[in-house]
Amino acid sequence: MKDISIFDVIGPNMIGPSSSHTAGALRIALMARKIVADEVKEVTFRLYGSFAKTYEGHGTNRALVGGILGYQPDDVRIKDSFDYAKERNVKFHFDLIHGENPYHPNTVECFIESVHGEKTFIRGESIGGGEMVIKNINGVEIDLTGEYDTILVKQKDEPGVVAYLSNCLARFDVNIAFMKLYREDKGSIAYTIIEMDDPICEKALGEIEADASIMSAVYIPR
Amino acid sequence: MDFKNVKELLALCEEHNVTISKIMMKRECDVFETTEKEVEDKLKVSLKIMRDAINQALEKDIESMGGLLHGESKKLDAYLKRNKLFENEISSKAAAYALGVIEVNASMGLIVAAPTAGSSGVIPGCLFALQEKAQLTEEEMLQGLLNASAIGYLITRNANVSGAQGGCQAEVGSAAAMSASMICELLGGTPTQCTHAASHALMNLLGLVCDPICGLVEVPCQTRNAIGASDAFISAQLALSGVPNVLPLDEMIQVMDDVGRSLPITLRETALGGSAIAPSACKKCIK
Repeated sequence: MKDISIFDVIGPNMIGPSSSHTAGALRIALMARKIVADEVKEVTFRLYGSFAKTYEGHGTNRALVGGILGYQPDDVRIKDSFDYAKERNVKFHFDLIHGENPYHPNTVECFIESVHGEKTFIRGESIGGGEMVIKNINGVEIDLTGEYDTILVKQKDEPGVVAYLSNCLARFDVNIAFMKLYREDKGSIAYTIIEMDDPICEKALGEIEADASIMSAVYIPR
Repeated sequence: MDFKNVKELLALCEEHNVTISKIMMKRECDVFETTEKEVEDKLKVSLKIMRDAINQALEKDIESMGGLLHGESKKLDAYLKRNKLFENEISSKAAAYALGVIEVNASMGLIVAAPTAGSSGVIPGCLFALQEKAQLTEEEMLQGLLNASAIGYLITRNANVSGAQGGCQAEVGSAAAMSASMICELLGGTPTQCTHAASHALMNLLGLVCDPICGLVEVPCQTRNAIGASDAFISAQLALSGVPNVLPLDEMIQVMDDVGRSLPITLRETALGGSAIAPSACKKCIK
């Protein structure tokens, strides 16, 4: 568990009304945007459980769109995010799943298409107090919280990749707090989530991406 | 410097002969490797957001997203102004302000979750009502927030402040406990008196369920924030007058946690019980 700060208790500063349904939802979409690492052209949000029931009264819908636009949880534009999205030609849809919910009560799935036509699937859970966890990227089950400076690496599932990654970071004097490897099937695509104590530089990221086994590396600052 | 329960906090206050707020500032600087200046600057932003939210609600009727709230803060404030019996009532003033912050929250306005969005009215309500009556300086306002955050930190660490986990007693109850301690320190109470004030406040709201109508942070959240503010003032006054609580705050926090765990799931933010399922509440939700 991370230490609790004054600003966890007197904070976060946020657009209401609900830390889980508004701020947490926004943070899932914001993280999805960072993972896509490109401008979003179109997004469909599939809402489950409590999200599907109260999304309008909690402004969950506006918060999700705000997150996709890159807003922080305390951005006063969130309330009018639909208008801003139209201005920026970002299309958005909501798909409500009522009844049986196999996931956390506050779950949203994002089906995103970038302006360059790349499609990404992300499932996130809003776990309370504005905190969230990304549980699935493109079918691979993961755990990504964004509590640390994080690198999300998409790679081929081959020997030596993890050694390569840790070597790279060691050369740039980066201390790894946590490093987790996820994959769907042996020999296909895998994800490595590297959580660090300190931010990294562009150059380190470039070096990581230089290896042929690495398909992409996205840096997600805390 | 760090502390993990009330006992350790009070021991540190005694050892250094300082207030709870001072110890909390020291802890923040040590644990998070930051400076007093940085902490103060961030708290000044919190104060400004709180003040702006109160003002917005006093200036115009704000309609909530769910449509259940509309201008309650302004109404109560106007009533207090025209009623000689209540006009100097500090806890009524605090209640009016608390209503306002919840209105702003429910209309997708900017607030400080303190400790949560659903209980965000209590601390600003108490603090700004006190500022008006006691002419607090900005420095004292920051001191108040530091004191409140010490109590909030200990409740978060050793129990929880979430309605989904512990009911409204964990949200508004915690906000009231934080505020009671804050008021106590600002009015010259000792660290021990502050913790008794917090114990009173938590005990008074013990068992309070979370039963939001239509599942929204509107009713009864708004008026419970007003009650939380009143609870904070009476609890602080009790402690300052020399009335301790039977339970030290560490025990009280544990009791609140235990009661929260034993609340049925229908009464923990699910809108499946309590006020949320009364016929008139259900009618509101069908549009």
